[in-house]
Amino acid sequence: MIDWPWMADHLDELAFRLVQHFFLAAIAVGVGFVISLAAATWVARRRRLRGLLVGTSSVLYTIPSLALFAALVPVTGLSVLTAEIPLVLYTLLIFVRNFLAGLDSVAPEVLEAADAMGYSPRGRLVRVELPLALPLIVGGLRLASVSTIGLVTVSGILGDRFGGLGFFIFEGYRRVFATEIWFGGIPAILLAVAVDLVLLRVQRRLTPWAASEAVATGRQAAGAS
Amino acid sequence: MSRAARVVFEHVSKRYPGTAEGSGAVDDLSLEVPAGTTCVLVGPSGCGKTTTLKLVNRLIEPTSGRILVGDRDVAGRDPIVLRREIGYVIQQVGLFPHQTVGQNVETVPRLLGWDSGRRRARTDELLELVGLPAARYRDRYPAALSGGERQRVGVARALAADPPVLLMDEPFGAVDPLVRERLQNELLSIQEGLAKTILFVTHDIDEAIKMGDRVAVLEGGGRLAQFGTPDEILANPASDFVARFVGADRGLKRLALARVGDLQPADVTIAHPGDSAADARARVVADPFPYLLLLYADGQPIGWIGGKDVPGDGELAESMAVSASPLLDRHTTLKDALSMLLASSVQAGIVVDRRGAYQGIVTADMITERMRPAAESRS
Repeated sequence: MIDWPWMADHLDELAFRLVQHFFLAAIAVGVGFVISLAAATWVARRRRLRGLLVGTSSVLYTIPSLALFAALVPVTGLSVLTAEIPLVLYTLLIFVRNFLAGLDSVAPEVLEAADAMGYSPRGRLVRVELPLALPLIVGGLRLASVSTIGLVTVSGILGDRFGGLGFFIFEGYRRVFATEIWFGGIPAILLAVAVDLVLLRVQRRLTPWAASEAVATGRQAAGAS
Repeated sequence: MSRAARVVFEHVSKRYPGTAEGSGAVDDLSLEVPAGTTCVLVGPSGCGKTTTLKLVNRLIEPTSGRILVGDRDVAGRDPIVLRREIGYVIQQVGLFPHQTVGQNVETVPRLLGWDSGRRRARTDELLELVGLPAARYRDRYPAALSGGERQRVGVARALAADPPVLLMDEPFGAVDPLVRERLQNELLSIQEGLAKTILFVTHDIDEAIKMGDRVAVLEGGGRLAQFGTPDEILANPASDFVARFVGADRGLKRLALARVGDLQPADVTIAHPGDSAADARARVVADPFPYLLLLYADGQPIGWIGGKDVPGDGELAESMAVSASPLLDRHTTLKDALSMLLASSVQAGIVVDRRGAYQGIVTADMITERMRPAAESRS
């Protein structure tokens, strides 16, 4: 069933595609993160703009990915932009929702205390709101990373210069060669899992206070029973 | 910055257009809180007491009128600079959950740019002041604290930059009655040392009477119904509203105004475990108060031995004592003291100092004696 020798012959190509896959995803996640963070902090306390942003990003999310890649070809050609624009757009909904949920999760009395201590609006955002939103921000980062790593394969529709590991999947499909499909698919899954685990550790490192909250919650639960 | 500053309201109004009475509006409020004193704003919910507080640090802007902190109109000041000079404590505390206790306390010093050594020293000093040993508490996160501990940290944080004015919005409203009582007493003793100008909001008239040098009673619509010392308000309510608000038991409440520290505690026969029983017996029999109080070496009370139960020979032992007396400190109100005494079998409370060491005793008779002249002069 599986053509092991073929695989052994293509390890160099696999390494190249894995790196390409990683960077295509990383660029999209990075750009999407920055755009969403700026947009979310800007609209967080502006109700109408906020509705507009969430609405727009939701609509974008409904566009079938294959269609979006194809539709951009006449506009941006077979360039890296054509691969990245859809990938970035799909991260927006995940990021915006998570960032807004993160900012919303900051208790009103904490904000009131921050104002009353004499934080400037910017100082309050940087020192209080964003740190407290971190669990949901990094949660969004994990979700967007996994989702984007999956979507990068679809960019293989744009030809063999893109697609990362998706290249093997498209090739294998064309040649009706199952080994090559697995050769692309399995590493893509492993990459997603690995990135997710790394980000989970980052999340724990960044939010040491959450451990103490979990203990306190556990203690309350134990006390209640 | 450490000197207290007076706070003055001059014809201050805050209107919320299109809302009914009871929405937190303030109507033509004028009052002065002298430097270094505590003014309690008390009234039913929606009477504008919290609004009044937030007008001082400009979390809310008035519709008209002027507020002075020290001699300066707050309207002319940068709100961010102003707020760093005004401590603020709220019921929900609002500690920053992602920062340790120490980081929370040093918030305002950090904003003011103090160097880290000075911040650290100040933080430790304040944690000790509010009764939280710095070594144990500094590096904990708020989630690991009890409600009472959090509120203590909140008070330490508010005091961090030694602000001349402290605003407290129902600071002890969310803790259980026992802890509240302790926190109130601690705040009173801290205030004795610091003499800040404190504006304190509560809906609880008992707390107002206990905490305030002056009490401002607000009624619906944010009108000032009466402003005076607690004793004035209890003795001469300015209106039916005030009379109803302070309650029918205002005579008893006046008891809450005097404290154990105002009484001269009486002496009682004392002894320590290991003392000669015969000697102790001789002393207690000679005393009109027929009980012997057994104390540890450091002065902390163990309990009572009835005069007749003191053995004629041998040594006194801890096991002979019956622990049955309420412990009072000098901040305990006479009302609480009397109430505790009525419930105890010995009819005498033991007055202890901050370390819990024996100072003397207070009896129910001593308390009623103290209130009698006032009661007679009014009838």
